[in-house]
Amino acid sequence: MALNKELSAAQAVSQLRDGMTLGIGGWGPRRKPMALVREILRSPLKNLTVVSYGGPDVGMLCAAGKVKKLIYAFVTMDAIPLEPWFRKARESAAMDVMELDEGMFEWGLRAAGMRMSFLPTRCGLATDVLARNPSLKTIQSPYGDGEVYLAMPALKLDAALIHVNEADRLGNTLLRGADTFFDHLYARAADATYVSTEVLRERFELDADTAKQNPFERYLVKGVVHAPLGAHPTYLGPDYGWDMDHLKRYNASATEEGGWEKYVAEFVAPGESEYLAKIGGPERAAKLKQPVF
Amino acid sequence: MTQMTENEVVSLAELMIVAASEAWRDNGEILASGIGVIPRIGASLAKLTHSPELLMTDSEAFLVSEPVPLGARGDYQPKYEGYLSFERVFECVWGGKRHAMIGPTQIDRWGQTNLSSVGPYDKPKSAILGVRGLPGNSINHINSMIVPNHGPRVFVSGEVDMVSGVGYKPERWAPGMKQDFVDIRLVVTDLCVMDFGGPDHAPRVKSLHPGVSFEQVQAATGFPLLQAPGMGETPMPTAGQLAVIRRMDPHNLRALQLKGNPPAVRTAAAA
Repeated sequence: MALNKELSAAQAVSQLRDGMTLGIGGWGPRRKPMALVREILRSPLKNLTVVSYGGPDVGMLCAAGKVKKLIYAFVTMDAIPLEPWFRKARESAAMDVMELDEGMFEWGLRAAGMRMSFLPTRCGLATDVLARNPSLKTIQSPYGDGEVYLAMPALKLDAALIHVNEADRLGNTLLRGADTFFDHLYARAADATYVSTEVLRERFELDADTAKQNPFERYLVKGVVHAPLGAHPTYLGPDYGWDMDHLKRYNASATEEGGWEKYVAEFVAPGESEYLAKIGGPERAAKLKQPVF
Repeated sequence: MTQMTENEVVSLAELMIVAASEAWRDNGEILASGIGVIPRIGASLAKLTHSPELLMTDSEAFLVSEPVPLGARGDYQPKYEGYLSFERVFECVWGGKRHAMIGPTQIDRWGQTNLSSVGPYDKPKSAILGVRGLPGNSINHINSMIVPNHGPRVFVSGEVDMVSGVGYKPERWAPGMKQDFVDIRLVVTDLCVMDFGGPDHAPRVKSLHPGVSFEQVQAATGFPLLQAPGMGETPMPTAGQLAVIRRMDPHNLRALQLKGNPPAVRTAAAA
């Protein structure tokens, strides 16, 4: 057993390969592993198949031309409903897509985690999700009802990226937000899960109530990256809210001439410590309001 | 016409909220999900008036015993009664215990909806959000729709560009696929209230908003409409309903939902 799974973000990203299928945890503008995404933007990694309940993670990887294929149910930043760089990539046919119902997506991750080839569902039948994805098949119940289901194939991931509130060097994690979304399923679906964390501990010593915030087992975790404010500009309950000013700045990059290159030069290329300084550091993060829905 | 003075200040958005709330009447003990300002206030109004048995969430992860007012909450504390993470919402969807109202980009004569993309699928003219949960919602539980801009761009003449939510088009259903749980209720627009209750689920107008004619609705719709038996006028909000609406929407977000925030009763000139 590795007694210390700590990696730098660059070390974690260096374990990824061109052409990999990469799952990204969180949901829309919520608890995205953005520090790891920024590290991918700094890397030469390319031709990725990205599997995500998408937010700016997907948009930024699209803007950087890293996405060969996107597997998704939506891409949105909620308060800014239309994700600008996802739209550009989609409208210019710059990537292949597999567009799925949110529940089919979950089912695909679950199937992968259970080492099944597929799981049956009604979701997607009689829609263009079925018509536009010729690889999707149906299957008839072998029982008396004979019902025909969609056989949702496993969404097997080469790697998953997940951001958590707290982790220890063994790969134990805690998610403290009101909703942990589907991150446990990404971890199970992946050959290797890389976790970025706000707080890194030597070893957890937890009371029982806190231990219930542990979303998945440490044997799923290959690397732990200490990345304070690592979900910024998305929000991390209960630690900090989303940074609407920053999301607007990012959104505007899609309508400026050379906007993405300027965004990268200002926020991404200089490195993560420079990024944190530019967004105002922990002092400003502490003032970011939790979104009210 | 002693009510005229009061009616003049009632907005079309408020009339649509009341019409929307009717979608959840007599649904039983299920989750009411009103997505967007008008549907959410409509669901809240339903729970606070005719259907207290409805379950609602804080739109994040908790069930609340009292609908949460929209926008910044001040010192209001949500009244939690349970937990409903996204994962549990999906389970609720698959069990059929939900009635959602959303605003699709396109709707066709078969009740199919599109939230994905407009134009050719491989290179769309406009990429929107993605199909989201529409395929699963539409095939598993009750659904209603909100349309703030009734016109032929929403109510398309052919099939929607990317069928995200299922409907009643027979050719879409292969033998053995279970259509029994498809249940499209109301379509609340800025002109009228519609449903799919005609022969073979044909779309029809249930009620016209004050000052709107059937011909006007038909002209703004890309497919033929029927008049439901007893098609009348959409009821104006009562004083009691308006009081609940104001309490649920203290920042008046409803005033931003329709262009120009028109009154519920259209003047002859506006019509």
